[in-house]
Amino acid sequence: MSARKVRWTRVWIYVVLVLAAVLYLLPLYMTVATSLKAPADIRLDTAWEFPRALHWDSYRTAWQQFSPQLRNSFVLAITATVLSTVMGSMNGYVFSKWRFRGSEIIFPLVLFGMFIPYQSILIPLFQFLRSTGLYGGLPGLILVHVVYGLPITTLIFRNFYAQIPDDLLESATLDGAGFFGIYGRIVLPLSVPGFVVTVIWQFTQIWNEFLWAVTLTRPAAQPITVALANLAGGQAVQWNLPMAGSILAAIPTVLIYIFLGRYFIRGLLAGSLKG
Amino acid sequence: MKSRQERLIALAMVAPSLVLLAIFVYGFIGQTIYVSMSDWGRGAALALDPDISFIGLDNFKDLFTGFLDVRFRQDMVNMVALSILFVGGCLVVGLVLATLLDQGVRGEGFFRTVFLFPMSLSFIVTGTIWRWMLQPRGGINVLPTLVGLPRIEFAWLTSREQIGRWNWQDVPTLLGLLLAVVFFVLAARWWLAGARRRAAAGGVLAAAALVWAFTAATKIEVLPFPEYHGFNLALIGIVLAGVWQMSGYTMALFLAGLRGIPDEVREAARVDGASWWQLYRHVELPLLKPIIWSAVIILGHIALKAFDLIFVMAGPDNAATSVPAISMYLTAFRGNQFAKGAAIAVVLLTLVSVLIVPYLVSTLRSREEN
Repeated sequence: MSARKVRWTRVWIYVVLVLAAVLYLLPLYMTVATSLKAPADIRLDTAWEFPRALHWDSYRTAWQQFSPQLRNSFVLAITATVLSTVMGSMNGYVFSKWRFRGSEIIFPLVLFGMFIPYQSILIPLFQFLRSTGLYGGLPGLILVHVVYGLPITTLIFRNFYAQIPDDLLESATLDGAGFFGIYGRIVLPLSVPGFVVTVIWQFTQIWNEFLWAVTLTRPAAQPITVALANLAGGQAVQWNLPMAGSILAAIPTVLIYIFLGRYFIRGLLAGSLKG
Repeated sequence: MKSRQERLIALAMVAPSLVLLAIFVYGFIGQTIYVSMSDWGRGAALALDPDISFIGLDNFKDLFTGFLDVRFRQDMVNMVALSILFVGGCLVVGLVLATLLDQGVRGEGFFRTVFLFPMSLSFIVTGTIWRWMLQPRGGINVLPTLVGLPRIEFAWLTSREQIGRWNWQDVPTLLGLLLAVVFFVLAARWWLAGARRRAAAGGVLAAAALVWAFTAATKIEVLPFPEYHGFNLALIGIVLAGVWQMSGYTMALFLAGLRGIPDEVREAARVDGASWWQLYRHVELPLLKPIIWSAVIILGHIALKAFDLIFVMAGPDNAATSVPAISMYLTAFRGNQFAKGAAIAVVLLTLVSVLIVPYLVSTLRSREEN
């Protein structure tokens, strides 16, 4: 290949990449532009124009309208993330370092729980929550997210702990450390990246979840996804508000992605059993 | 040495999780299967202790052959179309982007971030944004006018157009043909691998399926009257939004795969005088094959479960874009027909399991071997 041909190939690579990047960012541009327009300025034929005067009221309105649901989402996501991560760490420790008879059969059965379509457990789940009085409120939703979060958190920690050499554990055992001693002295101090990956993954998943949110909550406990879906799905939508609402709903997970993207991707790969 | 007592402690620490999962996953699935074979719904739907009787597979029979459940059958067609287009789109876009990024471009981190950021959004946010992008008289449709081109005339999510229409009565014949194709492909592969006897058996089965498709299968009466289904063009908008959101994921998977190929392998191919394309086609792509397969499985099961995106983009009541995951919600939670909703859920679970269970087993096994 001549040097000239190589240069042209490189030019084309950049052209395609830049074009693709522009296409990927178009919806983002549209969202920001629309959210900053006054409702009267939003017309379909001028939808792509950036607003001449920035109109921040939509954000104020969206914030006022959505703050209860944003609060619900924070309470839900933080509590369920902490609980499912702590339990996942313990499970991962046992499944990698304290294998018991049958654990090799039970582990795939545990993992299956993260792939099922949740419609297939929704009716009994709904019945269960109603009969225990947990239906409609945040505690019930938290319980559901903790339980169905266990497979992925267990998987991430098991894979993470598999990298800790058994020799390290053996020497601690010789020093007299037991189950909790090994966990506290050796495993836990090495677990920080595992916790970061799991926390980020769980928080993002729970924050973004919709099916349970829409079927298992009463209005007072609705998370942000349900509020946004209701707003966007309403008749005669004024688009500035859903767009500002989308941005508010997206900010926590997008910030996580921007600052901790590396860990986010590791969770992503773990979710396809590749991590 | 790990003492017996310590081992019991370990078991006790996982026990709560295992019990919870046993109940919430397997217990509840069992209950759903039971409900799907009952007549629970209608009057006694919301009673805490409803009067339910067992009716076997009638709900499933209704779904596939009952004349009231025409929407479910179109939902199934929509689901298959959506899955194929969504998975195909993500694979192609992800593969192209990963390949380009693997050429040592400047600003790779920036591009990666841009292509992956939609992954951090919820389907609800994505759906809200794309619902606005796909307004028939705005958004994407007026984009060409910015550079002086005529605007696009397509109704996107509100389109009612259907192409490739076929009769549901032909389902047995079509299944027979599908079976014949599968057997034929298997037979051809065995033949090429030198397994003559197996190849012959595959050929016989393919021929049998073909004969069955055009004789006995045509006699099976699925429905008493013709019922046409086809590909709803409104789904294209859903696919577009889905690919925008998830193609970064395939890109990340493939990029990780490409980076995992040892330099010596590439070097060896170059020494042999392979061009860039030959290297890509005969060395890199074959090495990516396992990753491509796992992407197909993971994206495929996401597509089968698609709910949020369609719910918010087109609304749950838009029949043109509906899928079983949505009609399960409507049937059970709006219509209070729990038994039929459960039956739809069982169909969905079966399809997902067919995809996931072999994947789960083979992935875990190959990891154990390493």
